[in-house]
Amino acid sequence: MATAVRRTWRRPPLVADRRLRWLLYGGALLYLVLATSTVEVNWARVWDGLGRGWAFVQSFFRPDFTTRGSDILQGMIESLTMTVTATVAGILVSVPIGIGAARNLAPLPIYLVCRGLIALSRALQEVIVAIFFVAMFGFGPFAGFLTLTFNTIGFLGKLLAEDIEDIDETQVEAIRSTGASWPQLVNWAVQPQVMPRLIGLSLYRLDINFRESAVIGIVGAGGIGATLETAMDRYEYDSAAAILLVIIAIVMLAEYSSSHVRKWVQ
Amino acid sequence: MSAAPALRVEGLVKRYKTGDEALKGVSLALPAGQVVGLIGPSGAGKSTLIRCINRLVEPTAGRVFLGDLELTALGGAELRRARRRIGMIFQEFALVERLTVMENVLSGRLGYVSFWQSFTRRFPPADIERAFALLERVGLVEHADKRADALSGGQRQRVGIARALAQEPDLLLIDEPTAALDPKTSRQIMRLIREICEERRLPAIINIHDVVLAQQFVERIVGLRAGRIVFDGPAEALDDAALTRIYGEEDWTAVRRRAAAEARLEALDEERLEGLA
Repeated sequence: MATAVRRTWRRPPLVADRRLRWLLYGGALLYLVLATSTVEVNWARVWDGLGRGWAFVQSFFRPDFTTRGSDILQGMIESLTMTVTATVAGILVSVPIGIGAARNLAPLPIYLVCRGLIALSRALQEVIVAIFFVAMFGFGPFAGFLTLTFNTIGFLGKLLAEDIEDIDETQVEAIRSTGASWPQLVNWAVQPQVMPRLIGLSLYRLDINFRESAVIGIVGAGGIGATLETAMDRYEYDSAAAILLVIIAIVMLAEYSSSHVRKWVQ
Repeated sequence: MSAAPALRVEGLVKRYKTGDEALKGVSLALPAGQVVGLIGPSGAGKSTLIRCINRLVEPTAGRVFLGDLELTALGGAELRRARRRIGMIFQEFALVERLTVMENVLSGRLGYVSFWQSFTRRFPPADIERAFALLERVGLVEHADKRADALSGGQRQRVGIARALAQEPDLLLIDEPTAALDPKTSRQIMRLIREICEERRLPAIINIHDVVLAQQFVERIVGLRAGRIVFDGPAEALDDAALTRIYGEEDWTAVRRRAAAEARLEALDEERLEGLA
């Protein structure tokens, strides 16, 4: 018997069973409603705060770069120093760790150790790490440098390892078949394949590190964050706005130049 | 012949972790200078067989000898030294795409230089001279500083050939050299491989799925089916019955006729081009 001619067709649903489907969708919706209702909003406080928020926004139109000028300059220089040194140190450490965390290059024990280090670095948020290092080494940019380096390792190590695991294995096979040693294999078959992405990720991390340097400064790890914190505490929104504007300008500059560099290395 | 064969394979077995038996006891010997075409359907074990020879794939059982040297007994540095003597040419060329053509050819010398020399790209003058000579031989000297991914398929395969020859090999393993190429370029590449093997008296195993192309360019054909050799003889002896043994039922006469017509057309084409030049 020939199949009957069909003139309607619908895409099969993700969950085939109709009752289970409604249960899942209904349940998710119910949870969302209940969860939202537990978030307490103090509307009177919101009303009060609107004025303060508006003052903050207004101050962006008259940023004060001069009153705390030398503080801002010094904080920026410190932040940039922390950012650059931590990014470079982070790259230097994360390349071997990234190679070790790539299953197609490293033997199992090394792989597990490197993946463990990466997991540790990624599990701990910058601010927590910064508090730890400030407690250990005192206030100042050294704690910030260590924090950013530590977090760069997790970020770059993981993404580099994943990129290495995704490489075209036939190129590796070809180099191996010439009698190349393991370091030659990494330098000739793996590095050319992952280099553009490593450079792109490093630039991206440079930018993240700069933004993070402003945050960890708030807990005492040096840099512009400390200046920002002081300005905020004293309700000097004009100075705070000036700091934020400088940060935005630098991040945009980094964004613009890194996209150029990425295009160039591709 | 009195001398030991250039390559001897004895009872080679490969069982993958999945339990698939790719090779079920393959034995084969190649005298110096012989070019063998290895044919068979997909999954017959052709690729596995040549990779077991230079041990990119580890054989489960059996032995492989390159001259007097037992490759299957080697480990670590000795294996790497032995691999230098075996050039390999790949289906999708397997060039390192972001390296230059010259670097790709010089990568054939990696087994001969120290890490530091290769890292700084400071190869001995003799290696550089050889690499330029090889690029000259395959007609790509003017492309030496281009990136490998800027070349066409046929040109890339020529770089692949130059890389294999840069090793100064005693044996060539060639895995589907024409699978990614058009019919005309395929013939040119096969002709080049053939000529080079004759020039250097190099023995070679060529995996190839194009039966007609194989018969046209190699002297001996080995047919593999489901991990076993089911045909081994001169190219002329490969008749319809043998092909059916290797691939199963098919109208072989029609296949041949079609291929012959194609080849004739191309020959005409080439004549016309030469006439123009």
